[in-house]
Amino acid sequence: MTKYISSTINHFILSIGLLFMIVPIWIIFASSTHSSLFINTNGLQFFLGDNFIENYSRVLFKQSGFFNEITALKMFFNSFVMATGIATLSVVTSLMAAYGLVYFKVKYATVIFWLIFITLLVPLELRIMPSYIVMSKLNLVNTFAGLILPISASAIATFFFRQFYKSIPDELLEAAKLDGTNSLRFFIDFLIPLSKTMIAAVFIFMFVFGYNQYFWPLIMTTSEQYWTVVMGLKTMYGSISDRFAFVIMSMIPPVIIIIFLQKLFIQGIFQNK
Amino acid sequence: MKKVQFKSNYSQYFFLAPQLLILLIFLYWPIIQTFKDAFTMQDAFGFGSQFAGFDNFLFIFSDPSYFTAFKFTIIYSFVITLITGSIGLLLAVQANKVMHGKSAYKTLLIWPYAIAPAVVGVMANYFFSERYGLLHHLFNNLWGFNWYENVFDAYIYVIIAGSWKQISANFIFFLAGLQAIQKTVIEASIIDCKSNIRRFWTITFPLLMPTTFFLIIINITYAFFDTFGIIDTTTIGAPGSETKTLVYKAYIDGFKGLDLGSAGAQSIMMMIIVLVITIFQFRYIEGKIHYN
Repeated sequence: MTKYISSTINHFILSIGLLFMIVPIWIIFASSTHSSLFINTNGLQFFLGDNFIENYSRVLFKQSGFFNEITALKMFFNSFVMATGIATLSVVTSLMAAYGLVYFKVKYATVIFWLIFITLLVPLELRIMPSYIVMSKLNLVNTFAGLILPISASAIATFFFRQFYKSIPDELLEAAKLDGTNSLRFFIDFLIPLSKTMIAAVFIFMFVFGYNQYFWPLIMTTSEQYWTVVMGLKTMYGSISDRFAFVIMSMIPPVIIIIFLQKLFIQGIFQNK
Repeated sequence: MKKVQFKSNYSQYFFLAPQLLILLIFLYWPIIQTFKDAFTMQDAFGFGSQFAGFDNFLFIFSDPSYFTAFKFTIIYSFVITLITGSIGLLLAVQANKVMHGKSAYKTLLIWPYAIAPAVVGVMANYFFSERYGLLHHLFNNLWGFNWYENVFDAYIYVIIAGSWKQISANFIFFLAGLQAIQKTVIEASIIDCKSNIRRFWTITFPLLMPTTFFLIIINITYAFFDTFGIIDTTTIGAPGSETKTLVYKAYIDGFKGLDLGSAGAQSIMMMIIVLVITIFQFRYIEGKIHYN
């Protein structure tokens, strides 16, 4: 009997937690299916309306921005290019750098180690203005390279991969060396296949991280052509129901990733530890 | 480092080069620029600049709005850490106990973690708008809520917006921490101590210390840096400068005020804060926390 009561209390507390997390999004979603006129007179809605298809298709294809130069669809495209670029570049450079650090006798190893890992102390937010100046000197303002490179300049992933390599038994390299494998072959034929799960986890983590960037794209994109979804949300013009629909759509990619690739994603954030 | 390694004169540099190159251009160059800015004074028209020593630092220390931002950032980090940590822990403990629907609760509670802070801010904006805002109406009926003028109300606004998605992060980590505690430890403790609540505080919670400590760092970092998107989409620092975080103030002074010297000095101050937190983190982890 007490067991039954305590389990009911557990479910009750969890349900309140669930409501707290889900109701705000439900209200925005329900409101996004009404016409702006209806919202303006009646406020936020709990129940669905019948303008779903109309509102969402209008937002996706309508030109918006100050100069009407961009559609939401184009912003999604930009965000995907940016997020994929950040994830790919971080994974590739970090995988290689970690390999160089762990598997080689490097001259000045300590110096290089610190040169890489001290950067963890300086998040992009702390160097945002000088970064902008550097990017404009390199003519990279309003380019994808400009959106991607400074965010990929991070040693977080290197840290994950280094930890992972260190956990691989030394015998693997000894055996490979007996077979006469060179360092490039060892990297491609042994380490990369072994790190597959890690690579996927880090990729997903960096993708969501890249997609969710707000500050950097805000500063780097003076041309509407390069607006991304998350930064476009605030600046995008449109009626109230357009905005609601866009808020809901903007969450879909990262939320789908986290729901379907939950295990990998959690593994990804756990590497932070 | 490995005991067995490759001996080569050049191939390691092939592997290290891409990352080092990106870091040098896109990280070290801006950092050097930050230090240069922090120690130079530019004239108002941008025609010339001269070495200024610590003038920019003296300027921010004599600026009351810098202390306002400092105070707000500290309060904000503390409150967010406290709220999200305790709610996250409470939910994780419940989710760890239930027999049915564990994975459904897990899935439904973790996905807000994936939503960008700026998106959360835009959403919060609707709930706190005078026209549509449900929370605005609710608080207004309770005590005459007005965040444009009342500092306390503005705090409530940015704290709710800032805490919401971070509860998910705390939940995920606490749940993982709870699941990592060995069943035998818990079973043994049940024999010794009948009270659920006392058992939690004397056995489970101390075993969760590493997770708790890790989350404190994560939450502080979040409140310092990631909340830029929340502040910029909700109060924009209003009323006055009362809800500007240090990062947000540096951005406003540098980009809107075009005072690169002050912004540079502010960035360096924040680097020092991050450094202190990190040193503290390493010290504390080495000294006090026992992993099982």
